[in-house]
Order: sequence, then structure tokens, then C-alpha cells
Amino acid sequence: MDKALKKILADFTKNEGNIISLLQNIQDAFGYIPEDAVYCFSKELDIPASRFFGIATFYAQFHLSPRGKNIVTTCCGTACHVKGSERLLNGLKTELNLPEGEHTTSDREITIEKVNCVGACSIAPVVIINKKVHGKISADKLMKEIRLLRKQ
Amino acid sequence: MKNKPIIRICMGTGGIAAGGTEVMKAFKKQLKRKGIKADVKKHCLLHKVGCRGLCAKDVLVDIIVNKVKSTYQFIQPDMVQRIVDEHVINNVPVQDWLVTDDYHQFHNKQIKVVLSDCGTIDPEEISSYRAVGGYDALKQVLETGSPGDTIKTLKESGLRGRGGAGFPTGMKWEFCKNQSSPEKYIICNADEGDPGAFMDRSIIEGNPHAVIEGMVIGAYAIGAHKGYVYIRAEYPLAVERLRKALTHARKLKFLGKNILGKKFNFDIKVKLGAGAFVCGEETALIASIEGYRGMPRAKPPFPVYRGLWGNPTVINNVETLANVSYIIRNGAEWFASFGTEKSKGTKVFALTGKIRNSGLIEVPMGISLREIIYDIGGGIDKDVAFKAVQTGGPSGGCIPASLLNINVDYESLAQVGSIVGSGGMVVLDENDCMVNIAKFFLQFTQAESCGKCIPCRIGTKRLLEILERITAGDGRDEDLELLMNLSYDIKASSLCGLGQTAPNPILSTIKYFREEYEAHIKKKKCPAGVCRDLLDYAVLAEFCTGCGACKRVCPAGAVSGERKQVHRIDPELCVKCGACFEACKFKAIGKG
Ligand SMILES: Cc1cc2nc3c(=O)[nH]c(=O)nc-3n(C[C@H](O)[C@H](O)[C@H](O)COP(=O)(O)O)c2cc1C
Repeated sequence: MDKALKKILADFTKNEGNIISLLQNIQDAFGYIPEDAVYCFSKELDIPASRFFGIATFYAQFHLSPRGKNIVTTCCGTACHVKGSERLLNGLKTELNLPEGEHTTSDREITIEKVNCVGACSIAPVVIINKKVHGKISADKLMKEIRLLRKQ
Repeated sequence: MKNKPIIRICMGTGGIAAGGTEVMKAFKKQLKRKGIKADVKKHCLLHKVGCRGLCAKDVLVDIIVNKVKSTYQFIQPDMVQRIVDEHVINNVPVQDWLVTDDYHQFHNKQIKVVLSDCGTIDPEEISSYRAVGGYDALKQVLETGSPGDTIKTLKESGLRGRGGAGFPTGMKWEFCKNQSSPEKYIICNADEGDPGAFMDRSIIEGNPHAVIEGMVIGAYAIGAHKGYVYIRAEYPLAVERLRKALTHARKLKFLGKNILGKKFNFDIKVKLGAGAFVCGEETALIASIEGYRGMPRAKPPFPVYRGLWGNPTVINNVETLANVSYIIRNGAEWFASFGTEKSKGTKVFALTGKIRNSGLIEVPMGISLREIIYDIGGGIDKDVAFKAVQTGGPSGGCIPASLLNINVDYESLAQVGSIVGSGGMVVLDENDCMVNIAKFFLQFTQAESCGKCIPCRIGTKRLLEILERITAGDGRDEDLELLMNLSYDIKASSLCGLGQTAPNPILSTIKYFREEYEAHIKKKKCPAGVCRDLLDYAVLAEFCTGCGACKRVCPAGAVSGERKQVHRIDPELCVKCGACFEACKFKAIGKG
């Protein structure tokens, strides 16, 4: 078992044996939840893998496949919705040439995601690019930021 | 130096997004350049503060010289040098950048209890909270009070839960106190999942210790030794400040073993949510802390009898808990002097959407909706007509312009088919389609339904499908009837609050905006011009200047026309994205 997994295992016992925290730690370490890691913990802890997957698919935060290097999250809360978040999302899909149902560019550079609400409604519409919150963003400004990401 | 100048920079999520961190850096740099010693705190207090509400004008900066406070709006790093030179050093405020009347108007009708220290104290310094009387309530309770007294005070204050249901807090605590169990828990519900709401985030970002103090007092009253704050992972800044505050509180013995030297042990753990709206429901939240899928269970038994790990548990909302220390310090009577007969105190609302002064407000219960929208909010953006206010998020409803005079309290809003809820208030104008809004909320509840009970899992799906066909132009005559019948059944038979309230956005919009549904169904038109499938875009020849802006932005190549000539949109190619409409500066794109 590699070192990262061992540490996660140690935290697990400290955390009252909480599978959600364990999965959060796995995701922090790998950026997503690799299937192998789940099987590894399932064996180590004698907990059926289905319990891990049951939780990982229940909570929106967990990802079962790797994500892009850059994460662009569009807030789809009510205030953002009435200020045009849908147009931003459609613009992103067009700009990145993403086929229906796909969220990561084929070069794994950019992943687009939606979030229910980040609670920054006064500066709607909001997009979060690699954890930085951009408020009152227009489609034009967003596309500029995306092109900047691609250049880096 | 006696009257040190004080500089406060708004650094909540809104402030930071608008550039608060850079403004802070610029102040540090300028103060250093001016030879005001590197340790700015000695000669000049430079604070980061939480949200004071009007995030739309961020970055907001207060400068206090000789006890006179001036507030600046829209501050950016390149403006800092002039402020330091003219105001901090020479005490001449830079008039052009000061806040205007609407900033004061925004605050005039508000009464701040929970938010009284948000935006003035430094959320990362416990001394800052102590200086305004923080943790005095805890001292008072531990030194001269008893659990029974504390509960009595809360009951007399009339405080009701701010998480949505409005259950009397004192009573909840009493139920739990009366349980004899060696283990009890108190949980702070900071899951704030309602889209369009950010009260709890702002409270934790601006004054985390008030929430902690409320929890410790609650734990003492019910006899708990362990507490949890269940907080959304989508609120990284709030999580960070909360963790810092917990560490500081432990150091000063407000948490941990033998709190303030008394025989009372209590500590708090932070649990991060994982992105499921239903986990705000108390029994689902408990399941989530226990490490399971966050699915609600039937009540009774209520958590005060059987909660976390089967033990008696009090679950309170962030704002509820943040009220506690102020009530203890100022007395039940003081708190009860605000509000109406049945809804006491103040309530924090997140006022957003199509409104001028969008932000966080705290008002006495019972204030009229009109005062909130026009006096505090400054009315509607631009010159468009007000249409409705959506309150209570996905569990609430839309209140139309004709009802603007109603009072905002638990009972009055329920009477018109909406709820106070957690405090989201989204203002809608004539450009918002009410069928689309109902569809938006159903998309939300349908996606967030945990799937445990059938009425919610399948019922919300069917509701959504009907709304989708109405907005796509395939609505049928019997659809309104069907929507309403299905709604009543889902409300009556769902397991938890999510399903029981999910149809509210539909019912209230049908009640007040029936003609809009009918236009979609019968005329296949969207009067507000929102529903894509029912729209056609065309260039209005008399306004078109031939600037080419629409042609440049069109993703489908549907616009043609020579420069300085009237352009044309090819309806066959048009994908109805609305980009041309947005881009045109001459209102020369018509839709309908
Ligand atoms: C679907 C659903 C979501 C909820 N979300 C929240 C929430 O985000 N925050 C909250 O405090 N209460 C939420 N509640 C209400 C809680 O179940 C509970 O009533 C509340 O936390 C009790 O605290 P209070 O008495 O202080 O209001 C939600 C309820 C339901 C049914």
C-alpha cells in the first residue's frame, strides 16, 4: 500500500470510521476516486466496495473519473440563473468544443462543472476558475479567461 | 498613539472576489512606503472584516480617523495610494470615492442583531470579538445561570429556528435537556443548500465566534459534550475561518475540558458536506455525519429523542445559534421587542436578483416586502417592471407585485403560498419567465431528490417533464390540471420536507401567473422572451446601424449583412442563443 493510502487509512480510524471523510481524503490526494483505491480500502477494512460506491455516487462532490488540469465551475443558483448562467454554460461548451454529455476537453486541460450555489449571489453571475471566484462575469470576459487558461 | 487610524477592508467571499486581497496588499504597501511602521497594527489598525451586506459595491473600505468613519466603495488597488495620502495621513477624505446615499439608505431600515458585529470585527482575531462583548454571555451563563435559566430566557425571547421550519428554539432545547442520556449532541446546520441564499456563509465568514458561543451555551443547556458543525465544502473561506476560530476558542478555554474553569467539557468538530442538498434535512444530516448516504428517515422519533448515533441531539441553524449570545447578553425582553407577536426578533435575508442594492440584510420580522424591495433594496434594476419575489428557495414560492404590502413573517408568507424559509429572496422582473423559474426549481429538486421515497423520486420527475414540454411548446390543455393534482399528491405523501415542499414553486406560479402558463400552452409563446423554443429573433431594421456586433458574436453564422447596412438573421440557421440580443447596443434585435 503506498504512503498516501496509508495516511488516509490512519485518518479513517481517527475519524470515527467515516467513509465520507475517507473518500474526501482520497479525492484530495488523487483529484478523483480511483477504483483501485476503493478496492484496496474495501479489502483492508473489510467493508463491501458497494458501500463506497453507494456514497461516492450519492454525493455530488465525488468524481469517479479523472478531471482536467483546470476546473471551471459555473454557479447555477437562482440569482445566477436569472442573470444568465445558462448562457455562460452554453458558451463554454461551444468554446471548448465539448460534445453533449462530455465535461472534460480531450486534452484533459479543462473540465467544466456546475455547482448549485456558492452563495455569492450579490455578484451574480459567478464562475469559479481554479478556486478563484469571478463575479459579475459576462460571456465575453469568461471566454477571455478560458483562452488565457489554454495559453498557459 | 491614541487615536490610531483604523482601516477595515471587506473580505468576505464577495469582497475577495472583487479584489479585497489585492486592496489589502496595496494598503500594506502604501502604509509602509509612508514610513508608518511595518507593524501596521501598532500605529494603524488594518483589519479584514466580514460582510457588511452590500457586496454589490465591493471592495468596501472603512477609514476611521479620530473616531470619524468614512466608507469607500468600489475600491481597487490603484486607488489606495491616494486614500492613504489624503485621508489616512492628512484626514481629508477622497469625496469622489465615498459611498453614496443609496449605501446609507440600504442600512437605515435595517436592525442588526446577528449581523451587528459582522463587518466591523476581524473574524480571524478572537480579541476582536471579545472587545465587543463576545463570550460574555457564556461567562454569564456558566457563572450565574443554570441550564434551566438559559432555556427559560430563550423561550421568553420567542426565538424560532431560522433554518426554515421556525420551530421554537427554547422548546427544542428543553425537550433534549429532559432526556436522560449519558451522551447528547448539538449540531450546527451550516449546509445552506438553498440556491440564492448566503446568510449562513456570511455569518460564519464575518463572525464565527458568535456561532461557536451559541453552540457552547446550547451544549451547556442540554447537557452535551460534543458538537458538530456540518458545513458545505463549497464554502472554503467560511470553513477556514471557522477552524481558526475553534482553535482560538480552545486556547482561551471557551472550548475543551473545564470550560472557563468550570466542570463542563465540550468540544466541536467540523464535518464537511459533500454536495447533497438533502443533507440539510436534519435526519439526512445525521446519516451523513455517521458516514452513510444522506437519506432522511421518517419522523417521529425526532432527533431530540433519537438523533446522532441514537442519542438525543439538537440541530440548529447557524443564524439561530448566532442569535443566542445576543439574547443572553441583552435579555429576552429586548429581543422580543423586535418583530411581530408570533415571529420575534430579526431575520437575515439574502436579497438578490434584479435589484439595485443586492446584498445581505437584517430586518425586524414583520417589515413589509415593499420596504425591503424599495427602501432597502433601492428598487429594480434599470427601467423595467418589477414582477415577483421568490422567497424560500426550492421549497418556497413567488410573491407577485400585487402582494407587496404583506408583512414578512412566518405566518403571513405561508398564507400567500410561500415561506420565509432560510432567507433567500430573489427579485424577478418582467424579463423573467415564471414557467422557466418553476422549471429551474424542479430541475433542482428533481436532481437533489435522494430517491428513497417514490412520490418525490418519480413525482418530481413527472412534474419536470410536464414543465419541459410546456416550455418547449408542446404543452397540452390538460397540463395545468395535471400539474396541480400531481403537486398536491406529492406534497401529501413525500417522506421529508424536500418532497413535501418541492411542488410549491409550481403551485404559487400557477396561482399568480396562470396567464403566463396559458400563453405557453395555448399560444406557444413565452411573454417574457425567455423560453428558447418559443422565441424568434429578428433584426429591427429601423434601429440597426449595421455595426456588425451581432454578426461577430453569432456562433451559428446566422447573421448576414454588409457594414453600415441593415443586417438579417436567417431563422433556419439561428440557434436562439440570444448572443446577438446581448451584443446589440441599439436595441435592434427583437425577440418574441
Ligand atoms: C430538504 C431540506 C433542506 C434543508 N436545508 C437546511 C439547511 O441548509 N440549513 C438549515 O439550517 N436547515 C435546513 N433544513 C431544516 C432542517 O431540517 C432543520 O429543521 C433545521 O436545521 C433546524 O434548525 P432551526 O430550528 O435552528 O431552524 C432543511 C430541511 C429540508 C427538508
